[in-house]
Amino acid sequence: MSLDTPTALIAEDEPLLAHALTIELQTVWPALRIVATVGDGASAVHQALTLQPDVLFFDIRMPGMSGLEAATELAERWPTDGPQARRFPALVFVTAYDHYAVQAFEAQAVDYLLKPLQTARLQKTVEKLKLALTPPAQSAMNFEATLGQLRALLGHAVPDGALPQGTLEPLKVVQANVGNAIHLVPVHDVVYFEAADKYVRVLTAEREYLIRTPLKELLPRLDPQVFWQVHRGTLVQSTQIAKVLRDDAGKMHLSLRSRPEKLPISRLYTHLFKAM
Amino acid sequence: MPALTLHPLLKHALLALGLNTFIAVALSAMDQRHLLANMVFSHCIGLSIWAQIELAQFWLISDWNHQWRRLVGIVPVAVVSGYLLGTLEADWLLETQSFDKLIAHPREFMGLLTMSLGAGAVMTYFILSRRQLAAEKQRAEKALRQAAESRLRLLETQLEPHMLFNTLANLRILIAMNPASAQTMLDHLIDYLRATLSASRSSVHTLQQEFDRLQDYLELMAVRMGTRLQFTLHLPPELADQEVPPLLLQPLVENSIHHGLEPKVEGGTVTVSARAEGSLLHLEVIDTGLGLDPALAAPGGNGFGLSQVRERLATVYGTAATINFVAGHAGGTICSITFPCKP
Repeated sequence: MSLDTPTALIAEDEPLLAHALTIELQTVWPALRIVATVGDGASAVHQALTLQPDVLFFDIRMPGMSGLEAATELAERWPTDGPQARRFPALVFVTAYDHYAVQAFEAQAVDYLLKPLQTARLQKTVEKLKLALTPPAQSAMNFEATLGQLRALLGHAVPDGALPQGTLEPLKVVQANVGNAIHLVPVHDVVYFEAADKYVRVLTAEREYLIRTPLKELLPRLDPQVFWQVHRGTLVQSTQIAKVLRDDAGKMHLSLRSRPEKLPISRLYTHLFKAM
Repeated sequence: MPALTLHPLLKHALLALGLNTFIAVALSAMDQRHLLANMVFSHCIGLSIWAQIELAQFWLISDWNHQWRRLVGIVPVAVVSGYLLGTLEADWLLETQSFDKLIAHPREFMGLLTMSLGAGAVMTYFILSRRQLAAEKQRAEKALRQAAESRLRLLETQLEPHMLFNTLANLRILIAMNPASAQTMLDHLIDYLRATLSASRSSVHTLQQEFDRLQDYLELMAVRMGTRLQFTLHLPPELADQEVPPLLLQPLVENSIHHGLEPKVEGGTVTVSARAEGSLLHLEVIDTGLGLDPALAAPGGNGFGLSQVRERLATVYGTAATINFVAGHAGGTICSITFPCKP
């Protein structure tokens, strides 16, 4: 909390590497206190919310939930309003290989480190962190910048070589199995897509379909002007959104023109909604 | 391009002309007829036969690898009809009545026909062998290209930067913490790298070598994953000398770790085993990871080096090899490969 004893949490699934980071940090930044070391994304979110450290070191590739997903989840659940409001921790991603253009991280709210860690590079990160922790007035801006960068990183997160390369055909009709039949649903009839476990729910004004194609693969084939991502697992047709409401806890929800459900809006995507 | 297509046709025509001339000279030496008359007859008949064979193969044979046998039917028909047609042409040119004589003297006709059939056979054999040579050359080039491609892909998957840099990161800390185990880890890494680089060049190694390389890889992963990874390798000594394509199992073990155990919070076990059943060799990679990825197991599914394993099996063993993905009893995946043992 206080600048004299800044605290940090390390999320790294390889025990030796977590140990290495701890040791290196001890020499480079003796004042820093490591409050917890965890080995997976879900524990990272849980511990960060409980311990509220000043700095987070998140490995990108972790079991269960990746470092990026964990950071997003944390941003979602972080108390920013009310009596429990705390400044969002400074984020440092640690990765063995930059799938994400390294430049995306330079001089931004979120820093990154490449494994194997090199002392000189860690020193630079520490200088940056110290600077970021100094002016408390900027914390609101920092959070916005962090959200923006997480959004950009999630957009870039292409699973290693799993997706087919090249330009994808825009999706015109969704084909869904219903019993023995395959139903063809024009994309413009879809009110929203929602990820549900191993399926994606496709909701039109009248009914619901289930498809197996993951949201990640649908996303690049849909027009981002038409379908807005409002949550990690939700894509809504923008013309179907009637209004957006903010509740007392500061959470945003949207209501739809032709369906009764209220959909939560992730903090990452609240920037989509502002009065003209 | 037209020069290229004309080239074999022109060659065949020249061959036919040469053959015709040879037949005419031979005939003149044997019987008392005039050389010029023999020339005209020989060329008319020979070129008619040749033209009909060329036309028939142009229309009837589009795939030489599978349809070349059609020549066996085409050639005799073309020879008989070409012979009759050629005789009529020569009769018209020389104003003779050989065609009527042919009909009147079937024995002489049969003799000449047999000779023409022989010439046709020579010609066909020549065409076929040229074709086969070209096809073989093409096949060899394709195989070479495929080998180069798969070598590159093998290198790419094996030297995956994530694996490499994480391993180096572990080594870096081990050097300070525990130099002895750093050395052991480095030795495994060296063997692993050497195997990867040489596997891309050799086409076969023993099952013992295969298991040794898997051990190197799993030891490296065990340092990285700590208690989250356990593994067992089971190779019966009598199978140690069996020959397998190098690093055949590597992508499967890597899949087990990468998609099964690494993403699983509590980790698990990988078991690799070999056994012989009659004349078949069974290799199995079993993990207790997250379980079957449907996209990976789908027939023709080309997830993550799997297509490469399929391809290599097909190249070496053809249809005699099978690869199977099933869900394990206690979650996880069982991948089994079966192919004929070498005695």
